[in-house]
Amino acid sequence: MSNSLFEEKLGSDEFLVTTEIGPPKGTDTSEMLHHIALLKDRVDAINVTDGQSSVMRFASLGGCLLVKEYGGEPILQVTCRDRNRLAIQADLLVAYSRGIGNVLCLTGDSIDVGDHKEAKPVFDLDSVQLLRMIRTMESGTDVGGNELKGAPKFCIGASVHPEADFIEPQLLKFDKKVAAGAQFFQTQGIFDLGSLRRFMQYASQFDVKILAGIIVLASARMARYMNDNVPGIIVSQPVIDELATAEKGKGLQKGIEIAAGLIRTIREEKLCHGVHVMAVGNEGVVPDILEAAGLVDVHV
Amino acid sequence: MIVAEQKSLEEIRRMIDPYGRVLILGCGTCMTVCDAGGEREVSFLHNALRVAQARSGNGTHTFLEYTLKRQCDPEFLDMLTDRVEDVDAILSLGCGIGVQAVAERFSDLPVLPGVNTSFMGMPKEWGIWDERCVACGDCRLGETAGICPITRCTKGILNGPCAGTKNGKCEANKDMDCAWVLIYKRLERLGQLENMRRYYPPRNFRPIPRPRRIVTRATLDVGGENE
Repeated sequence: MSNSLFEEKLGSDEFLVTTEIGPPKGTDTSEMLHHIALLKDRVDAINVTDGQSSVMRFASLGGCLLVKEYGGEPILQVTCRDRNRLAIQADLLVAYSRGIGNVLCLTGDSIDVGDHKEAKPVFDLDSVQLLRMIRTMESGTDVGGNELKGAPKFCIGASVHPEADFIEPQLLKFDKKVAAGAQFFQTQGIFDLGSLRRFMQYASQFDVKILAGIIVLASARMARYMNDNVPGIIVSQPVIDELATAEKGKGLQKGIEIAAGLIRTIREEKLCHGVHVMAVGNEGVVPDILEAAGLVDVHV
Repeated sequence: MIVAEQKSLEEIRRMIDPYGRVLILGCGTCMTVCDAGGEREVSFLHNALRVAQARSGNGTHTFLEYTLKRQCDPEFLDMLTDRVEDVDAILSLGCGIGVQAVAERFSDLPVLPGVNTSFMGMPKEWGIWDERCVACGDCRLGETAGICPITRCTKGILNGPCAGTKNGKCEANKDMDCAWVLIYKRLERLGQLENMRRYYPPRNFRPIPRPRRIVTRATLDVGGENE
């Protein structure tokens, strides 16, 4: 039996909206709970990141349990960076048994970009193997071939990078993720709709839902920093220039406008099936973005 | 070949501190080629240790030096027997295998590592060495255009690049080529991109429970020359 409400929506023609929250670095969950309450009825699902940028934080699984407990629809982000196949399967059994229905399968950032640079990188699996492993578990056996007493069932998704500067190998990997059973994709940050259009020309041949990743930038400085330091992010120069026009202290407001503008165009031109809003530390402004994008009545 | 870097003089001095007569033992194979522990480095280190001892005014070490053709080979280790009779410790500039081979052969002597054994690699240009093999025990270079993703991709992943690659470089190090970009381009040139479209299942780590052993004796037996 599927626990996923999100899966039903994937089957509809609705414009889908997901967002992500980053769990706390520490045991104080108050801010995360605030964000869950703020967002749970405004979006179709909430991703909880898994040690994003290789920074040690409260676990994604724990965050998803809280999303579930407070009435939201969680998407469990699972990376292959910290856990081997035994540990990931064990977590997935817990997730399913506690009603978590969606998993986003990611390779995970390099340990070198994070705050525990001396840790051992695991990468026992990659994202494609992780997707396939989940499908194997659903068939009733673990990836070692042993029978499971009770099998999970997940709606599974993956990531894709339409703005990669060398797209061909990325598309080849996208194909593999589709073949491995990915039902939805939340893309890396989109800043140039031209690249999204080109990607969708390719991706539309597959029966998968594509949610364009929208990153909320708070300043030109943040954009440049992310370009230099955050894996998989390429903020285009026009976006950086536009952010730079913001008055002092109004950078985030400009970032909200840019994000909302992208979402509005994507929705109006039906460029893809939805958006995935990543506010990276500014989760509180996601409702403002959705409102500015004209999405406020769609989900509340 | 095996590539290593000599440890700092400070660390070496700390290690040898308790021992009076120390044999600095070089290795004539890989450590000579990578300039970490051959005859020349043994001599340099010997001088450096003496100078450091004289400057600091403490320490009463006596140093001897010798370089074996190969520390990892029992046949050559026999040549050491007379030379270690009156030493208190051996400072080996062999790789990790050399250090352990010497320690196994001379069970009553402390053997200290003078180098940090780093990887299996090749010279890229003079004085620059690049890692090329992690000895995974399951070589797939035939499918990856002769470029090893397990060694050269920082994540060692098998089904293509992650999203962190930018300008052909790796997210972990902007000076390092993305292995999967190299593999894609070379497969394309060879007309073998099908190799990369194939799904590769999770790695089998069973060939790598450490320590590993390879037995070639059986094949030698066929010729009747061994045992």
